[in-house]
Amino acid sequence: MLTRTLTWWTILRISLEERLVYRGDFALGTLMRFLPIITQIFLWYAIFEGERVGSGKTLDQIEVVGYRYQDFVAYYLLTMLSRAFSSMPGLASGIALQIRDGEIKKFLVQPIGLMEFLLLTRVAHKLVYYVIAAAPFALVFFLCRGYFVPGWPAPEVLACFAASLIMGFLLGFFLEASIGLIGFWWLEVSSLLFVYMLLSFFLSGHMFPLDLLGEPWGQIVDLLPLKYLAYFPSAIFLGKVTGQELVRGLWIEAAWLLFLIGLSRVLLWRGVKRYSGFGG
Amino acid sequence: MSIIQIERLVKTYQVYQKKEGLRASLRGLFRREYRYVEAVRGIDLQVEKGEFVAFLGPNGAGKTTTLKLLSGVINPSSGKALVMGHTPWKRDNAYRRRFALVMGQKNQLWWDLPAQESFRLHQQIYRIPQSAFQQTLDELTGLLELRDLLKQPVRELSLGERMKMELTAALLHSPEVLFLDEPTIGLDVVAQHNIQQFLRFYQEQRNITILLTSHYMKDVGALCKRVVIINRGNIQYDGSLTGILDQFSGHKIVTLQFAKGEVPENLEKFGEVLEVQPPRVQWQMPRAQVTETLAAILSRHTIEDMAVEEPPLEKVIADVFAQNDLDAARESFAGPSNQDNGSARGNS
Repeated sequence: MLTRTLTWWTILRISLEERLVYRGDFALGTLMRFLPIITQIFLWYAIFEGERVGSGKTLDQIEVVGYRYQDFVAYYLLTMLSRAFSSMPGLASGIALQIRDGEIKKFLVQPIGLMEFLLLTRVAHKLVYYVIAAAPFALVFFLCRGYFVPGWPAPEVLACFAASLIMGFLLGFFLEASIGLIGFWWLEVSSLLFVYMLLSFFLSGHMFPLDLLGEPWGQIVDLLPLKYLAYFPSAIFLGKVTGQELVRGLWIEAAWLLFLIGLSRVLLWRGVKRYSGFGG
Repeated sequence: MSIIQIERLVKTYQVYQKKEGLRASLRGLFRREYRYVEAVRGIDLQVEKGEFVAFLGPNGAGKTTTLKLLSGVINPSSGKALVMGHTPWKRDNAYRRRFALVMGQKNQLWWDLPAQESFRLHQQIYRIPQSAFQQTLDELTGLLELRDLLKQPVRELSLGERMKMELTAALLHSPEVLFLDEPTIGLDVVAQHNIQQFLRFYQEQRNITILLTSHYMKDVGALCKRVVIINRGNIQYDGSLTGILDQFSGHKIVTLQFAKGEVPENLEKFGEVLEVQPPRVQWQMPRAQVTETLAAILSRHTIEDMAVEEPPLEKVIADVFAQNDLDAARESFAGPSNQDNGSARGNS
């Protein structure tokens, strides 16, 4: 176990070092991720302003589909945080590229698991991201603290929130890894990835809170794993999911995670069996 | 027991066949045609511990496929192989810790980091004790003259230096079997020579088993006592390098420099004329007739200089490949039952 931990630590350490090579590009990329959320907040501000004008109410008194303006801002900030855990830029396309150009051979020849390696390099990727993004994140949350009307949630809710973020990270990883492993059959997965990104944008809660969806969409979204990537952690923090529903949600998320871990293992096993060793 | 045992090993690839044009591309969306290519066609081979064996063959002969099978990168269509008692495509970690694969065109080092970081990772992956790691690293970097380059990012190394680093990474865990696929491809003459020297020294010192594929006959000549010629997925020769000449070349190259005005007429009657640069003439003659022909010429003409040589190995091997291609083409024309290495089949 100690040897294995040392191997993991070495992979993590080297991945961290590699991440820091192109620090300028990485820092710029990290900061640019704040742009979409700013546009979303401005969009909802415009909608609320439109409702307010002529109504004689203040902005705080206006409700759109059960949400006040500050609820939207708080929600979007929290989804941004959730996405910082669950999004996996370049993972699926990277796996497919490794299959196509033959780089994947080294994982078949060396005594190390591909998924284990990719997971550790992704953890390193995220850690560097959090270090660079921590200060801007903290600043944005501090400036917007007034929008979090109920204040800090109870410690047990915070624990559930943290659990949902960590599971969201793993869920996102194994989901995108599974898409990448389809590269063993298709070689190119960019279109599939595009469809996934599109669905994820709408059905994970990234675009709008999922409780705005009417039936049957609400039920469909409940059956998919995508809501755990953005909506679910935010809903826990904001107290929209509580009690039995919260516990049930966490169990379903864990079940999805186990399913996707199993799926990625099956895809890797079957894929390697049919692999032709492309690329010389 | 042989360290590598291969029995009736077959690998058939399914290769998508796309006809030219947009119409064919659209049709390919719904119905695809595949060709089944037998890259390895039931080869048998035994390699003993400590042998340095070269796989020779033209592109697409099945050399690299064989190495991929033996290193467990791909699964065979049928047949058996045991390397040090392990079936390669089971990919047991116990097996993977005992061999290494180096592909001349593939990079296993971290591109943006110094090679020593990759070496450290190899130490952990292969569970090499610190003292053994340091000793092997010192030895390899000393032999390959890499010590000053360990802190330099891999992307900033020359091709030759990168290949030396790849070899170092591959040998850190002291593999008992080493598969080398075109290790000197793209390198200049000096770098090729350095790597050849290193491989010869290392193999003799450690008595490891090496299987090498290369297009450079100098690699093969400098390193391997045993040569396996593989073409169209079949083994066509297995023996010493010089044995290739005995088996496949029935000729010698004879070069004569005649005294002034002594160049005979009807040069063709002595053999196949390769070059005429009076007073120098070069022939290719049947081995059995060399003595007799030379005696006849010497009895009538004054000779200033003379050389009788074996034909260049590259040419002999190229002739063997060309002859095989010709035979295969003849067979395929002979009838549908004797097809070459592929059979067309529709598949949706």
